[in-house]
Amino acid sequence: MEKQKRKTTLKEFMNRDNTVGYVFAAPFIIGFCALTLVPMALSLFYSFCSYQVGKPAEWIGLSNFIGLFRDSTFLNSLKVTIQYVIIGVPLKLVFALLIAMLLTKPTKAQGLYRAIYYIPSLIGGSVAVALVWKQLFGSRGPIVKAIKAMGATGFNFFGSDTWAFVPLVLCNAWQFGSSMLIFASGLKQIPKDYYEAASIDGAGAWKKFCYITLPSLSPIILFNLLMQLISGFMTFTQAQIITQGGPNHATEYVSLYIFNQGFAYARMGYACAASWVMLIIMAAVTGVVFKTSKTWVFYENED
Amino acid sequence: MSVKTKKTIKNVLYHLFVVAFGFIMLYPVIWMVLGSFKAKSEILGNNASFFPSEWLIENYTKGWKGAGEYTFGTFFKNSLIISCLATLGTVISSTMVSYALARIKFVGRKFWFTCMIMTMLLPGQVLMIPQYIIWNSLGMTGTFVPLILPKFLGYPFFIYMMMQFIKGLPKELDEAAYIDGCNKYQIFTKIVLPLLGPSIITTIVIQFYWTWDDYMGPLLYLTKPAKHTVSFAIKSFADAQGTDFGPMFAMSTLSLIPVFILFLFFNRYLMDGVTAGSVKG
Repeated sequence: MEKQKRKTTLKEFMNRDNTVGYVFAAPFIIGFCALTLVPMALSLFYSFCSYQVGKPAEWIGLSNFIGLFRDSTFLNSLKVTIQYVIIGVPLKLVFALLIAMLLTKPTKAQGLYRAIYYIPSLIGGSVAVALVWKQLFGSRGPIVKAIKAMGATGFNFFGSDTWAFVPLVLCNAWQFGSSMLIFASGLKQIPKDYYEAASIDGAGAWKKFCYITLPSLSPIILFNLLMQLISGFMTFTQAQIITQGGPNHATEYVSLYIFNQGFAYARMGYACAASWVMLIIMAAVTGVVFKTSKTWVFYENED
Repeated sequence: MSVKTKKTIKNVLYHLFVVAFGFIMLYPVIWMVLGSFKAKSEILGNNASFFPSEWLIENYTKGWKGAGEYTFGTFFKNSLIISCLATLGTVISSTMVSYALARIKFVGRKFWFTCMIMTMLLPGQVLMIPQYIIWNSLGMTGTFVPLILPKFLGYPFFIYMMMQFIKGLPKELDEAAYIDGCNKYQIFTKIVLPLLGPSIITTIVIQFYWTWDDYMGPLLYLTKPAKHTVSFAIKSFADAQGTDFGPMFAMSTLSLIPVFILFLFFNRYLMDGVTAGSVKG
């Protein structure tokens, strides 16, 4: 009798919403604590320390941060990262939007076309493509050959501080597929009568684009912009493989700098400090974009 | 000219343009695949040609042997093990967590949801060093564990995607099952899980190819050649080959085949996953 009563309470306990919730959410909660929260705390602590794996950490206060702002390589990495983002992200989004609009025409081949234009995104982040890209834009590759044929003899992407970032930006823009699909599904949701009404009022294609398409898409533009900003700031694989950050640190983006400091030079504390600086800059930029978005993003009042 | 012929011409021009531009977009891939069959002298430089003058498979046989003591057989096996287990872990953990966050009203749900969104937006590179320090202190570097275990602890992108999906399922189903005597665990296994099918396929496809393509994980954690994945091995293979690019192109092409196969069969699911959560729905 006594035993049975305890058994039902356990069963009841297991079926309570709170228990069920925590049982199912447990993987995330454990993962969040062990793989996000603790590493963040550790990283914050180490950013005030001189630390190498295997040696005890030594508290050095703000020295890492002061050092960073005196480190011309770090400041340069910030500069080139921001350059990369400012040029690369809009380029990719404009490209994605143009292709999405091109492919809105309802034809039988629409699905096939979308699939073809999506392929670069599918494989663009892979090592294989990075290696091929390096040869494609290399001094003996077909693209440089074409440029040389136009008269610029001696031109070379990867030997030049000014031009080395171009293949990287293009590789990033080339992977416009996911932004394109997101734009495409947004375009589909714009009511056709908007365009019809505008036509009756005598609006041309350009006016329709500016006054109907862009405002209607603005929430999606914001979403794509934020996603691309975050991934742009953290670009790593392509730069690590294609240019190794060179020449003369011209493409040593922040995540590559952090990686090099942490693993090549074993300055873990310093690298942690650099990643915090980067995180703060990113948070500030996305925060500003979010704040200003109130002036240019239009939400329909459906609800 | 009649209106109809004008329209036809316009249509033909449209298709021509889309196909031509598509060709330019795929040019790097085509160049790679054709290059994998070319002799060394035809890939780069002044004698380079678009098609191979002779279709050689030597690049593949040479490349497969690898640069060191391991062949690409080892690397493909490693990649398969990691990608399959990581994908399995993602599916199990993300279905569970999304069910809790979307359907169960428990204390702290909002808090954990916020944590999940924050994790989703947090770039992995920020955690690269402290996570490495933790795995290193546990003696796990050099094993597959740091690449697989985290996936069993929920993956925010997929949790979010599945939550959107679960929210679209009628609540009446849960309620009916509850009245019929199912508890919340049975509702998960008997109602929600089967209905999540399409979302699970999307997750499998995307997570498999993400893991397959991952470079930073193996770069940090798999130092021994015996443990290398394909994506990592072709990098060291390329470094070891110097200017002999044919075998590198061949192995690069091979490394992309599993991704292409997935895309061929499941491209609808993949594209659904890309747009999930971005557009109100």
